[in-house]
Amino acid sequence: MTECVDLSVELAGVRLKNPVVVASGTFGFGREYGQLYALSELGGICCKGLTLHPREGNPPPRIAETPMGILNSVGLQNPGVDTFIARELPELRRHDLAVIANISGNTPEEYGVICGKLSEAGVDLIEVNISCPNVKAGGLAYGTKPELAAEVTEVAKRHASVPVMVKLSPNVTDITEIAKAVEGAGADALSLINTLRGMRIDVNTRRPILHMNTGGLSGPAVLPVAVRMVWEVAGAVKIPILGMGGVAKGEDAAQLMLAGASAVAVGTACFDDPFVPLKVRDGLTEIAAAQGLARISDLTGGVKPW
Amino acid sequence: MPVQAVCTVAEAVRLNEFAYSFTLEAPALAAAISGPGQFVHIKCGHSRLLRRPISICDWDGETLRIVFEVRGEGTAWLARRSAGDRLDVLGPLGQGFRMARGEKLLLVGGGIGVPPMLGCAKYAGGSASAVLGFRAADRAMLLEAFEENCKAVSLCSDDGTLGVKGFVDALVCEWLEKEKDFTSVLACGPRPMLRAVARAAARYGVPCQVSMEERMACGVGACLGCAIQMADGTIKHVCKDGPVFAAEEVDWND
Repeated sequence: MTECVDLSVELAGVRLKNPVVVASGTFGFGREYGQLYALSELGGICCKGLTLHPREGNPPPRIAETPMGILNSVGLQNPGVDTFIARELPELRRHDLAVIANISGNTPEEYGVICGKLSEAGVDLIEVNISCPNVKAGGLAYGTKPELAAEVTEVAKRHASVPVMVKLSPNVTDITEIAKAVEGAGADALSLINTLRGMRIDVNTRRPILHMNTGGLSGPAVLPVAVRMVWEVAGAVKIPILGMGGVAKGEDAAQLMLAGASAVAVGTACFDDPFVPLKVRDGLTEIAAAQGLARISDLTGGVKPW
Repeated sequence: MPVQAVCTVAEAVRLNEFAYSFTLEAPALAAAISGPGQFVHIKCGHSRLLRRPISICDWDGETLRIVFEVRGEGTAWLARRSAGDRLDVLGPLGQGFRMARGEKLLLVGGGIGVPPMLGCAKYAGGSASAVLGFRAADRAMLLEAFEENCKAVSLCSDDGTLGVKGFVDALVCEWLEKEKDFTSVLACGPRPMLRAVARAAARYGVPCQVSMEERMACGVGACLGCAIQMADGTIKHVCKDGPVFAAEEVDWND
């Protein structure tokens, strides 16, 4: 029965053979988990966030476990966009999945330069991160002010010849304001949510666990926040949404799709079980089949609010 | 190449008030082990998101043995498992000690850093000597196994209740002073201990490898969580580049 469901979806004009992608920062460039199963099982991969130049990231500790979640302050450690294009992209291209490059810049101009390079190199989609809570310059600052978010989007769009998806921060009072500003500036899609800022303290040493004191919260704990925000944003914009935040099983993904997401990303749950993206895909398929849906995309926006 | 497998606990033994030894039926994992010093990443119940990294103490064709101490909720859950229970295990992970059979090695273990050194002792095939340190006699473990698999074993404890009173680095210096032909010092234990052992080995010009710890999430190198500062200013990752590093590579400043 499940084989009757058409799993393919479209995200900003990019066809995904199934709606499950892996979230940026949780899957590297696919090399590690690619040892456990074929990457072509995935709809796509949002690659580890790239910057113009290589970054070493933040000092350790970078990880703290929390109730059904984790805090991280990795700080955009990455080899830089040029090394990605030279070493990682050709490797990813050997597999049948959408390659989504996630990027961060210190200035709007940097976003533009990176978009130019990645478009020329031929990624399928660019995910513009305006919401990293773990870096001082750029990052979150762009994601919390509508006019700055719009400016970054506009510059990215001008330099990109592939679709541009903007990743939104949940650390704002009204996420629809930012979403509308980004849509108005020409974004082809939105992805949300990035991590929620949080903190954990060791009561004996009285030190925060993370060296940066605070970090970004992800994992099952944030799922309801993600569902709510996807639902709010879906009601405010017309462009498609990649929903993420705490997805660990098919039902979680179905919630995000019903709330309005066209596709979903699995992130932190991979640390618990590397095979979660495949289980989410299969779980989602079962739900669609049980509900008699011909296409998985029929779930998108299907919530019936009170 | 790591594998994920559901493994049955063949034997669960409590070694002392704090430490447990589990033998797992894990043929696929055991077959993939490249040498001593690698670790496995174990799921500790459904209410904790992150697996717990635990070093491999020993292995054969069918089984692998882990020895762990209860440190927090995850390892407390693990300690409550018993023979016949099944565990979700990912591994073997990381880069272990670079060593050859028959080498004249000085193995140094401190506390819960002792178990992986047993794997080194067995792999060396009896040619290694060991220095083992514990907080106190009631924390000691695996002493007979080390006696069986090493040429000589020296013991110390912080409070003097076992062996010599003091830290392992003093005994390491004694050994390196006495015998000049050790090919390597291999060490696992708390960071201050590893720093002291690295200094001692450097003083005698003997190469030293250390097994490091850091808070870890994915365990495979995907999340870049378990960062460790290198002496050359770069960052490496305990799970993928380590846990074993050449001592001179590590930035020992806190």
